[in-house]
Amino acid sequence: MPFSLHFSPTPLITAPSPLSKPFFLVPYYHTLHAPKSPLCSSTEHALTHQGKQEAFDRRPEDSQTLPLGLRRDAMPSHVAVIMDGNRRWARLRDLPVRSGYEAGVESLRKIVEICCKWGIKVLSVFAFSSDNWFRPKVEVEFLMSLFERGMQEDTGIFFRENIRISVIGDLTKLPKALQELMVNLEEATKNNTRFQLIVAVSYSGHYDVVQACQRLALKAKCGLIEPSDINVSLMEQELETNCTEFPHPDLLIRTSGEFRISNFMLWQLAYTELFFAQSLWPDFGEAEFLKALLAFQQRQRRYGV
Amino acid sequence: MEKEVMSSLKMAGNILCSASSFIRKCIFGDLRVGPIPNHIAFIMDGNRRYAKKQKLSHDGAAGGGGRYDAGFWALMVMLLYCQELGVKYITAYAFSIDNFKRKPEEVESLMASMLEKFHLLDILVKRLAVRVHFVGNLELLSNELRASAMELMEATAAYSKSVLTICIAYTSRDEILHAVRESCEQKRIDLEFDNDDDNEIKLMKVEKNMYMAVAPDPDIIIRTGGENRLSNFLLWQSCWSHLHSMWVLWPEIGVWNLVFAILNFQRNKTYHLEMRKKEKEL
Repeated sequence: MPFSLHFSPTPLITAPSPLSKPFFLVPYYHTLHAPKSPLCSSTEHALTHQGKQEAFDRRPEDSQTLPLGLRRDAMPSHVAVIMDGNRRWARLRDLPVRSGYEAGVESLRKIVEICCKWGIKVLSVFAFSSDNWFRPKVEVEFLMSLFERGMQEDTGIFFRENIRISVIGDLTKLPKALQELMVNLEEATKNNTRFQLIVAVSYSGHYDVVQACQRLALKAKCGLIEPSDINVSLMEQELETNCTEFPHPDLLIRTSGEFRISNFMLWQLAYTELFFAQSLWPDFGEAEFLKALLAFQQRQRRYGV
Repeated sequence: MEKEVMSSLKMAGNILCSASSFIRKCIFGDLRVGPIPNHIAFIMDGNRRYAKKQKLSHDGAAGGGGRYDAGFWALMVMLLYCQELGVKYITAYAFSIDNFKRKPEEVESLMASMLEKFHLLDILVKRLAVRVHFVGNLELLSNELRASAMELMEATAAYSKSVLTICIAYTSRDEILHAVRESCEQKRIDLEFDNDDDNEIKLMKVEKNMYMAVAPDPDIIIRTGGENRLSNFLLWQSCWSHLHSMWVLWPEIGVWNLVFAILNFQRNKTYHLEMRKKEKEL
C-alpha cells in the first residue's frame, strides 16, 4: 500500500469522514488529499506543504507518550502488517475498489504516525503480493499509479521526519518509472534513522528464499563459498530483509479476520507473535493497534525452548 | 449385590460409549458435507503445563505415568479421529532443535519417553495401516532412537490409508537451509557437467529438497496451549494454511476441539477458495 503521510492533526482539506455516518448512508468517500488544481506546480507545492509544515511545527512537545497500559521496555522493535480487507471495505459500502485502496492509504498513514510516536523502529507492510499480479489489469495499474503518486507526494515528509524507506520484492515486474522512483527513494533515505518503513511490493516469502538460494548458488559457482558452508547467517545476508537492523518481526498483524500468513516473510516469521484482527484494514486504527500491542506485551516468548 | 452393581455400571458405560460414538459419527457425517482438510498439522504445546497440573514427574516415578505419556495418547486419539474423518495426512511437531536448549534432564526424559513409545506406536500404526515418516535432522538423535525411527519407517512404507509425519529434531529454518544446500550442490554439479546452462534455481527444486516433501502443504495448523506463533514449524509449507490456536493443553485435546477447528477451516476455506479461483480466472 502507498504511504501518503501527513503528520498534521488537522487535515488540509476537510471532508466528511465516512466513519461519522453508518456506512450504508455514505455515498462517496473523499480522500484527504488536495485535488489536482490548475495552479502552477510550484504554487501548488508551496500550498500543499505549507499546511504540512505548520502542522509539523504544532506537534506536541512530548511525542513519545505511550497510552496507558503499554510498557516502553516491551515495545516490539519490528511490526509487520498484512493490510487485508481494502476491497471488502469498499464492497460493503457500494464503493469502487479504488476507494478501498485509498482508505487503506489513510489507515497506513495513521499507523506509521503512531509507530513513530510510540518508538517502534521498523514497520513492514505487505503492499502487493506476487499473487496479486493475477488481479484485474485495471486494478493492478491503479495500484501501481497509487504507489507512484504516494511516493512522489511524501518524499518531503520522509526527509523531514527522518524516515527511511526500503522496498522489498521482485521489482523487475514493476513499471520502469516506478522502479526508478523506488530505487532513488531508497538511496536518498538510506541514512535516515528515526524510523524505517519496509514496503513489500511484488513480494512473497517463497520468492525471498528462492532468490537468496540463487545468490548463494552463484557464490558457490564462483567458488566464494561451499554449499555445505551455507548457514543461518549466510542465508540472512541474502534475504531481502537484510536492509534492516531488525529483520525478524516481533509481531505480525493481519486484518480482516483471515487466519493465514498468505506467503509473507516466511523465514522471518519463525518466532513472531501473530495477531489476527477482525476489522478490515481501512478501519484498523489506533484503538485496534493498541489492542494488538497490549496482547503482544502479555505474551511469553520462549523462542522455541 | 456388588457384582450386579459392577455389571450395571459396565452396561451404563457401554451405553454411554455407544451413545457418544453415535453422536460423534453423526457430527463427522455433518462435517463431511463441507470440505475436509487433506492435511492437518499439530503443534503439540502444553505438555509441561499439563504435567505440572497433574503433578507428574519426569520418569513417572510418582505414579500416573511419565509426563509425556498423556501427550502420546492424545496424538494417537487425534490420529484415530482424523482417519475416521478422512484426513489423510497428519503431522505432529514432536521435538524441535531448539528444545535441545532445555535442561539436560528434561531432554533426556523426553528422548527416553519417545524411545519407550516406539513399540506401542509400531503396534498401533500397523493396526491402522498408517505410514510413518520421521522428518528432521535425524543425525542429532541418539543412534538408538534414529535406528528405531528408520526401522518403523521401513516397516510401514507399504501402508497408504493415512500418513503420519512426526517432526523430530526439526526446525523449519534448518529444513530450508538443508534444501538450499542441496539445491546449490545439485546446481553446481549440473553446471559442471553442462547438464544445465540456466543459472536459475526454481522454486520446485528447492521444494523437492525439503524434508516435508513427503506430504502436501497442511490445510490447517492447529496449535494447543494458547500461544499464537509458529515456533519455527513448517514456515515454508504454511503460506496458505489456516492457523488455529486453542487454549486447551495438548494432552487435553478432544474431539470437539478438532471439530471446531475444522468448522473454522470450512468457513474460511470457502471464501479463500473463491478468492483464489477469481485470481486464477483472471
